Amino acid sequence: MTDLVSLTGIRKNFLGVHALKGVDFNLKAGEVHALVGENGAGKSTLMRVLAGEIAPTSGTITLDGEVTQLSGPRDATSRGISVIHQELALAPDLTVAENIFLGRLPGVVNHAALRKAASAILNRLGFDIDPGAEAGTLTVAHQQVVEIAKALSNNARVIVFDEPTAVLANSDAERLLAIIRELRAAGAGVVYISHRLNEVFDLSDRITIMKDGSHVETVETAATDVDTVIARMVGRQMSALFPPKEGRAPGDVVVDVRNINRGRKVRNVSFTVRAGEVVGLGGLVGSGRTEVARLIFGADRMDSGAIELHGKPLRLSSPRDAVRARIGLVPESRKEQGVILEAPIRVNTTLAKIRSVTRMGFLNVGKERRIANALGADMRLKASSVEAPVSSLSGGNQQKVALAKWFHADCELLILDEPTRGVDVGAKSEIYNLINDLAKAGKAVLVISSEHQELFGICDRILVMAEGAIVGELDEDAFTEHELLTLAMTQSARDRDEASQ
Amino acid sequence: MSNISASAATPSFTPRLVEAVRQYGTLGIFLVLVIVASFWSDAFLTERNLMNVVRQVASGAGIMAVGMLFVVLTRGIDLSVGSIAAVGSVLCAYLVAVQGYSVPVTILLVILAGSACGMVTGFFVAYMRLPSFVISLAMMAIARGISLIISAGRPITMGSPGASLVDFGSGFFLGIPQPAILMLIIFAIGGVVLTYTSFGRLVTAIGSNEEAVRLSGVPVERYVLSVYVISGALAAIAGIVAASRTGIGTPQVGVGAELDVIAAVVIGGASLMGGRGGMFNTLLGALILGIITNIMNLAGVPGYHQNVYLGLIIILAMLIQFVTARSRR
Ligand SMILES: Nc1ncnc2c1ncn2[C@@H]1O[C@H](COP(=O)(O)OP(=O)(O)OP(=O)(O)O)[C@@H](O)[C@H]1O
Ligand SMILES: [Mg+2]
Repeated sequence: MTDLVSLTGIRKNFLGVHALKGVDFNLKAGEVHALVGENGAGKSTLMRVLAGEIAPTSGTITLDGEVTQLSGPRDATSRGISVIHQELALAPDLTVAENIFLGRLPGVVNHAALRKAASAILNRLGFDIDPGAEAGTLTVAHQQVVEIAKALSNNARVIVFDEPTAVLANSDAERLLAIIRELRAAGAGVVYISHRLNEVFDLSDRITIMKDGSHVETVETAATDVDTVIARMVGRQMSALFPPKEGRAPGDVVVDVRNINRGRKVRNVSFTVRAGEVVGLGGLVGSGRTEVARLIFGADRMDSGAIELHGKPLRLSSPRDAVRARIGLVPESRKEQGVILEAPIRVNTTLAKIRSVTRMGFLNVGKERRIANALGADMRLKASSVEAPVSSLSGGNQQKVALAKWFHADCELLILDEPTRGVDVGAKSEIYNLINDLAKAGKAVLVISSEHQELFGICDRILVMAEGAIVGELDEDAFTEHELLTLAMTQSARDRDEASQ
Repeated sequence: MSNISASAATPSFTPRLVEAVRQYGTLGIFLVLVIVASFWSDAFLTERNLMNVVRQVASGAGIMAVGMLFVVLTRGIDLSVGSIAAVGSVLCAYLVAVQGYSVPVTILLVILAGSACGMVTGFFVAYMRLPSFVISLAMMAIARGISLIISAGRPITMGSPGASLVDFGSGFFLGIPQPAILMLIIFAIGGVVLTYTSFGRLVTAIGSNEEAVRLSGVPVERYVLSVYVISGALAAIAGIVAASRTGIGTPQVGVGAELDVIAAVVIGGASLMGGRGGMFNTLLGALILGIITNIMNLAGVPGYHQNVYLGLIIILAMLIQFVTARSRR
């Protein structure tokens, strides 16, 4: 059987960066081929070559045994190649339906028919998303689903998923994995990029490991194991992923949240976070965790309720008030909210505390560069220099920049919304170490994550949310998937879930 | 020092070229223009003519372009600059000649008036989140109206009380027209503010990603408001300079100037989508515009035709930006 796709000797140079150094990769019909590697290894770049978005510096692309030159993304799409990008690229002002059929919209749009067609695809995916809603109003997870629907509507034979589950809660991720198995059974070739190796092992038939722009090896999934893959990925033996929690001594209450409300998204939420404590916010995507974070950060106004910081009432009318009270938030969507893509890494790292590098309003660029370099080293940031624009970094490294900004701002309370989204195992463990260090230094940390193992690994206790309310709290001895999910899937949530399937 | 792992670098040619065009393109166009013009006409490269050009730029688009660049960097636009200059010109003559204020007090009051106009625009743009295009268009009408009201539609001659202003407007310092020196000083201050202060940094950042800047705890509204205040103040100064050249304040000052000013900023390579632009290039943009007008005058191109060429030049500048922005991907 000929390969659906075969890439040979692909090289790609960007301004001074060899992103790909002669990579071979092939994909057969009816297989799931996982692509793994550290942040910046070149996975997304390789797939952008396959999607016709960037022309390789050299190397050949063979489709169905025929050497091909892709003239652009449209060409690739018409040949049945669809890529679901790591950085979502929906048109925020268009409706879900319009986004799904974007690029193939007829001159005169029959909205009713379009919505119906869109509904059909979304239902097949098992998600209850209004096709008439504006894409920009959806949660990141649902935007991801729309991207997938878009690919499916193309009848693609080659589908690339670039870290699709990074933003999905476990139950949603499960559903996605089922869809991928279905696609495989129907004879499509699927490329699956993920930093969640358990998923990779669950799903894939073969695994290709990349490192520093080169192909390391391709193996049958059945013939290897997680530890071997990690070792080959990072080029060294990994020690424990999570740092030991000893040495943290929870002290006084830093933030006391009392009965805060906002519409139907946040309902009567109360909790405290103490100094030196890492508290998790768990639950399904859409359960209101991000909304709670935004209220405490002053990004949204609450309808009622009160927040106290160190026993004093906190009046928050904007993020500025929060930052002045030394509260920080690493938001969930880094591209829109976390970083300035065009600006250099250096500029991004000091943005939340620009005073630290100014004297009487004048910038001290040398000092700023030293700060950025030091933070970059701490976080194993992979970049040509701190002067490189964030847009030139791989997804995981962009996330590190978003984090670096708040580590520099030196907060009393740091809220992290999906802090390791798209981050590789090595860097994850760095970030966990940094969070642990914050807690040891007596800071209060609130972590939102859809990766339960992550919450179990770093938190002292976990608050579980469902439908805008806190439905329970888990202590360390109750840290199990089962406990968490039972709380998160309240009865009504379960009903809704079943209804949408 | 840096543990940031660097990939071995072999610079590839084309992106570098695009980057160079982006940075030095305006300078290149400027030099080519000067060389071509001096070969083409003996009258061009005379001291008299060149001084004329800079003086024209100084009392025309030049000073206002500094303010416009700040506005454009935040992803806004200020269409009211020409009208505010008219207010500046008329108010200046009115306060000096009719109200008998001293020149320094007059200058201060006129700058305050320009700032106030800018503050009104800025308030609606920054705090009410209304589109700058529409609000500044409204301010354009309002300010023009105010200038007509103050002057009752007629030019006001400053006469002897304004003698020191007229001296300034027509005088030279080290052989350079004083208004041109004032313009260069304003550009220099603008450049320092833009590149070396946190204000410039944050204004640029807001244009690139306002939401990310807001979520970093920066009072975005305050910065957006202040760029319109700066633009209004500088427009008023431009109005004073215009009045000082002739000794007359007239409500006809700055009609259509917003076009020249925006053209200067765009030719200087600033992006109307915000977040990108430089002070030196904007100065070059203003000078290029002045030289082109000068050449057209020397060649005897009628005024009406000049408008057509100006429009075409703006389109060309946008095209160059578009192409370089595209090939950067
Ligand atoms: N447009 C660009 N300009 C310059 N360098 C780039 C550009 N795009 C990617 N790179 C560089 O190429 C390398 C590979 O990036 P890529 O996005 O493919 O990594 P990745 O394996 O997908 O990582 P991640 O897991 O973090 O998503 C990185 O070092 C990145 O900085
Ligand atoms: Mg990637």
